[in-house]
Amino acid sequence: MANPSGIGASVRRREDKRFLTGRGTYTEDIRRPNETRAYILRSPHAHARIAGIDTADAQAAPGVVAVFTGADMAADGVGSLPCGWLIHNKDGSPMKEPPHHPIARDKVRYVGDPVAVVIAETTAQAKDAAELIVVDYEELPAVASLRAALDEGAAGLHDDAPGNVCYDWHLGDAAAVDAAFAQAAHVTTLELVNNRLIPNAMEPRAAMGEYDPATGEHTLTTTSQNPHVIRLLMGAFVLGIPEHKLRVVAPDVGGGFGSKIFHYGEEAIVTWAAKKIGRPVKWTAERSESFLSDAHGRDHLSKTELALDKDGRFLALRVSTVANMGAYLSTFSTSIPTYLYATLLAGQYRTPAIYAEVKALFTNTAPVDAYRGAGRPEACYLIERLVDTAAREMGIDRTEIRRRNFVPKEAMPYATPVALEYDTGDFARNLDMALPLVDYAGFAARKAEAAARGKLRGIGFATYIEACGIAPSNIAGALGARAGLYESAEVRFHPTGSVTVFTGSHSHGQGHETTFAQLVADRFGIPIDNVEIVHGDTAKVPFGMGTYGSRSLAVGGSALVKAMDKVERKAKKIAAHLMEAAEADIEVKDGRFAVAGTDKAVGIADIAMAAYIPHKFPLDELEPGLDEQAFYDPKNFTYPNGCHVCEVEIDPETGVTRVVAFTAVDDFGRVINPLIVEGQVHGGIVQGIGQALLENCVYDESGQLLTGSYMDYGMPRADDVPSFTVRYHEEAPCTHNPLGVKGCGEAGTIGASAAVMNAVVDALAEYGITHLDMPATPERVWRAINESRPAMAAE
Amino acid sequence: MYAFEYQRPATLADAVAALTRSEDARPLSGGMTLLPTLKQRLAQPSELVDLSGVPDLQGVREEDGALLIGAFTRHADVAAGETVRRRIPALARLAESIGDRQVRNRGTLGGSIANADPAADYPAAVVALNATVRTDRREIAGDDFFTGLFETALEPGELVVGVRFPVPDAAAYAKFRHPASRYALVGVFVARFGAEVRLAVTGAGPSVFRVPEMETALASDFRPEAIAGITVDADGLNGDIHAAPDYRAHLVTVMARRAVAACG
Repeated sequence: MANPSGIGASVRRREDKRFLTGRGTYTEDIRRPNETRAYILRSPHAHARIAGIDTADAQAAPGVVAVFTGADMAADGVGSLPCGWLIHNKDGSPMKEPPHHPIARDKVRYVGDPVAVVIAETTAQAKDAAELIVVDYEELPAVASLRAALDEGAAGLHDDAPGNVCYDWHLGDAAAVDAAFAQAAHVTTLELVNNRLIPNAMEPRAAMGEYDPATGEHTLTTTSQNPHVIRLLMGAFVLGIPEHKLRVVAPDVGGGFGSKIFHYGEEAIVTWAAKKIGRPVKWTAERSESFLSDAHGRDHLSKTELALDKDGRFLALRVSTVANMGAYLSTFSTSIPTYLYATLLAGQYRTPAIYAEVKALFTNTAPVDAYRGAGRPEACYLIERLVDTAAREMGIDRTEIRRRNFVPKEAMPYATPVALEYDTGDFARNLDMALPLVDYAGFAARKAEAAARGKLRGIGFATYIEACGIAPSNIAGALGARAGLYESAEVRFHPTGSVTVFTGSHSHGQGHETTFAQLVADRFGIPIDNVEIVHGDTAKVPFGMGTYGSRSLAVGGSALVKAMDKVERKAKKIAAHLMEAAEADIEVKDGRFAVAGTDKAVGIADIAMAAYIPHKFPLDELEPGLDEQAFYDPKNFTYPNGCHVCEVEIDPETGVTRVVAFTAVDDFGRVINPLIVEGQVHGGIVQGIGQALLENCVYDESGQLLTGSYMDYGMPRADDVPSFTVRYHEEAPCTHNPLGVKGCGEAGTIGASAAVMNAVVDALAEYGITHLDMPATPERVWRAINESRPAMAAE
Repeated sequence: MYAFEYQRPATLADAVAALTRSEDARPLSGGMTLLPTLKQRLAQPSELVDLSGVPDLQGVREEDGALLIGAFTRHADVAAGETVRRRIPALARLAESIGDRQVRNRGTLGGSIANADPAADYPAAVVALNATVRTDRREIAGDDFFTGLFETALEPGELVVGVRFPVPDAAAYAKFRHPASRYALVGVFVARFGAEVRLAVTGAGPSVFRVPEMETALASDFRPEAIAGITVDADGLNGDIHAAPDYRAHLVTVMARRAVAACG
C-alpha cells in the first residue's frame, strides 16, 4: 500500500497548527534579556543633500542608549550593501554600482532612506528621541518616475551614473529581427506599462542583532528567505565578520514574495549596533515603513513589436524596455529585468528571432527588486497582450493564433533565440485541457446574457512559461551572478529511526515542513510524524541558497533526494551485513531492505539502530552513524508552464470590473502535494489579479509616496476574486532533476495579470478599446469607455 | 503615540466636565479614527475621555415616531438592531456596510458624525433623513451639523449624545466603494417623506451635501429615470489618484439612480 503521507498525497500542512493557533515564533516574538529597540529615522525628502545632523538632544532623551548616523558607520569602516548580479552594457562595459550605505551619508535619495538610528529601552522612547534629531536637508530636484528619468536634464542621483543609467543591456539577434520585420505580412505594435507594486508580506520586516563578547560571535535574527545569503553578503561585504563568527537565523517568516530575499541595511545596522552598545538591538518595521522601504516590484515601460506572416505565425519580436532600479541597487535588482525577463520573451512560442534591449535607470524611489514572478510576469504580460492584439488585428481566434505558434512537444528540447533551452513541455495539452473547463464554445451566450443585464463580459487567455530554479551555477556566473545557485540538504537518521532533515532552502509560507517530509516518508516508508524539517539557521543547516524563484522543491528537494540516495547506499551495506547477505542481493522497496528471493528483510529503523549502536556492524568497511549531506547544482532551469483563462464582467456605468471566473491549467511536472500546489496557485492568482485590477504604487512628482497605506494601496481581498478552477497535468515532467518537479510558487502571478487584462480588453472591444494599462481601476475603465463614446458616435 | 492621561467617566455630566476642564482633552468613542491618528503621532491630546462607561449614550429607542440612537451605539448594533431594521432598514444596511466586522464592533454613530470624515457613510443618512443631532447642551439640525472637511457645528467640549432620525416612507443608500480603503468614494442616501424627497451625497465633496435639483425632480416623479439627466458640478468635488472630480460627479448620478431604484 502506498504511504498515506507519500508523494502525491494531499497531506495537510503540518506547520499550520502552530501558525493558526498563534504559536509561531517570528523575529518580533523573540525576547532577550536586556534587549533594546531601534527606531530608524528616515528621510522625508526624495532627494536632498545632508548638510548636517544634530543628535545631541536625542542622545540625552529619556531611555536613549545610543544614536548613530551614517558617519558613525563610516568611521567603523562599514561597507556598502552589495549587488549580487553584475550586468554588462551593450558595449561590454560594466553597469554602474553606486554605493548603498545602510545609513545615508552625504545625500538621501528616496523618501524612507535611513538617516539615523535611535536605540532606546522602548520603541516609544526611541521615537520620541528621533523627533529631537535635527537634520539640515538641502533639497534637490527629484526624479520620481521612469518618465521623469527619461527627460533631458533630469537631476542626477549618483555622481558616477550619468543620465541616471545603471546599464543599457541587450539580448538576441538584432539583424535577424530586422530582416524578419522586412518580410512581415503584419506588424503589431504595443506600448505597455508594467505597474509598480509594493510586496506587502503579512509579517513586516524585522531584525535583531546580538553580540557575545565572550566568544566574539554575532547573531542576526531576521525575516529572510535565505539566511546564508545574508550571512555571506553582510559578513563579507558590509561588516567584515567572518562566517564562523556570524550566525544568521530566519525563524518563522510570515511571507516574503521575494521582498525578503535581499540584504537590507537594517540587518547590518542592528548587527553592528549590538556590538557597539553591548546589548541586543531589535528593530521591527511598522506597516508604513514597509510601504516606504521594502524593495518594490515590476515598474517597466516597454515598446514592443511583433512581426507575423499572413497566417499569423510569429516571425520576430522586438522589445525595448526601460526598468526602474529605484534609488540604489537592491541585491538582485539588476538581474530581474535582464536574465529573468528578456530570456523569457519567447514564451511558449516558436518565434525564430527576438531582440530585446533593456535600459535600467535610477530614480528617487525605493529600490526595486524581485517580487513574486520577478521578470517573468513582465515578460508574460508583454507577450500575451501582444499576441492578443495581433489576433484581433488579423481576425484570428485568440486560441488559434496561440496554437499555431506553440513550440510543439516534439520539438523538445527547444533552444529559444533568447538563450534558454526548454527541456520539456506540452503547451497544446494545457490549452486543450482548459477549453472545455471554461466552456469557450458557450462564451457568446454568456456574453449575451451579461449584456441583457447591462454588463460587458470578456474572456481572456494567457499562456506562460517560466524559468525556475535558476542554474547552473557556472553559467549563471558567466552571466554575472555573484553567488552559487545550488542547494544543500542533510538527512540525519536518529538511532530509533526518526529523521531530522536540514535544508538550505527556507519556508515562509510554502509548506516545506510538509512537502519535504513527504519525500522522506515516501522514500523510507516511515510515518511523516517521524520526520522533522529544520531550516533557516546557519548554525544548524549546511550552506544553502534559500527560497526564491520557485526553486525549493526543484533544487532543494533534489538535494534532499541526493542525500537520501547516500543514506540508502550506506543502509544497503548495513542491511547486507545484518542479514549476512551480499550487498548486490539487497532489494530496496518502500523502506524495506530485503534479500532477493528470500523472506528476510530489515526496515530502516533497524538499520539506523545498528548504525548508532554498531555491535553488529561492518566497522572495518563503514563509519558508524547514518547521517548524509548533499549539494545539488541543477543542470538547467525548470520550465513550469500553463494556460490561464479569465472571464470578467464590467459595469460600463461605473467602470467596475469583476473577475467572475478564473481557470488555471498548469504543468508543474510531478506534483508532490496537490493541496499545497493548489494553494500556491490560488495565492499567485490573487496577486496577479491584484496587479491587474487594484495594486499600483504611485509617487508624486516630488517623490512622496502617495500609496503609503492600505487607504490608497489597493490590496486584493477575498471578495475580489471568484472560486478558482485549478488543474494540472503530469505528462511532461522535468527531465533533468531526480523528482521530475518544476516549481509552482510563482505560476499564478505570472499567468493571471495577462489573462485578466486580455479579458478586460475583450470586454471593452465593442468600444474600440484595444489596450488599457494596469491596473484596470474603475476610473480608468470608465474613462476609456467615456473617451471612446464620441468616436463611436461619429462613426 | 505620545503619552496622555486616560479616564472613563460613568455619567454624561462627568464626561462633559472632563472635556471642558482641559482644552486638549479629546473624547474617545470607538477610536476607529482617533487611535490610528495617535499611533501615527498626528495628534497629541493631553487626556482621553473614554465614553464607553456612560449608559446615557447607548442604545436605540423610539421617541414620538422617530428613532433616537445613542451616540455610543456601535455600527454593528445599528445594523443588527431589531428596531432600526424594522423602522429604517436603509439605515441598518448603511451601518452594515461600514468598514469590516472589527470596525463595526468598535466604531460608533457619534464618533463617526463628530469626526465628519468626508468619506464616512453616516453623514449622508443624517442629512437625507433630516435627523437632529442632540448634544449635551442643544439640538442641531442635520443640515446644519456638517460644516466642512472634518468640521462640524460642535463647540469645543460639546459632546454628541444621540441622533434623532425621523422615519421615512422609503429610503435607500447606494455606495460606490473606494477601491483601496472601501470607504465611500461616493455614497448617496435618498429618503422620501410623503411628498418630500431628500437626497444627500457623501464621499464626493469635502463634506456631505444635498442635491436640490434631484430632490425636486424626485418629488414629482420618484423613479430613477427622473434624475438620469441631472448631474452635479465637478468643481469643488474631491479628487485623488483613485477618482478625479469629474468621475465622482458622474458617480453621484449613477449612485443616486441606484438608491432610488433600491427604494423599490
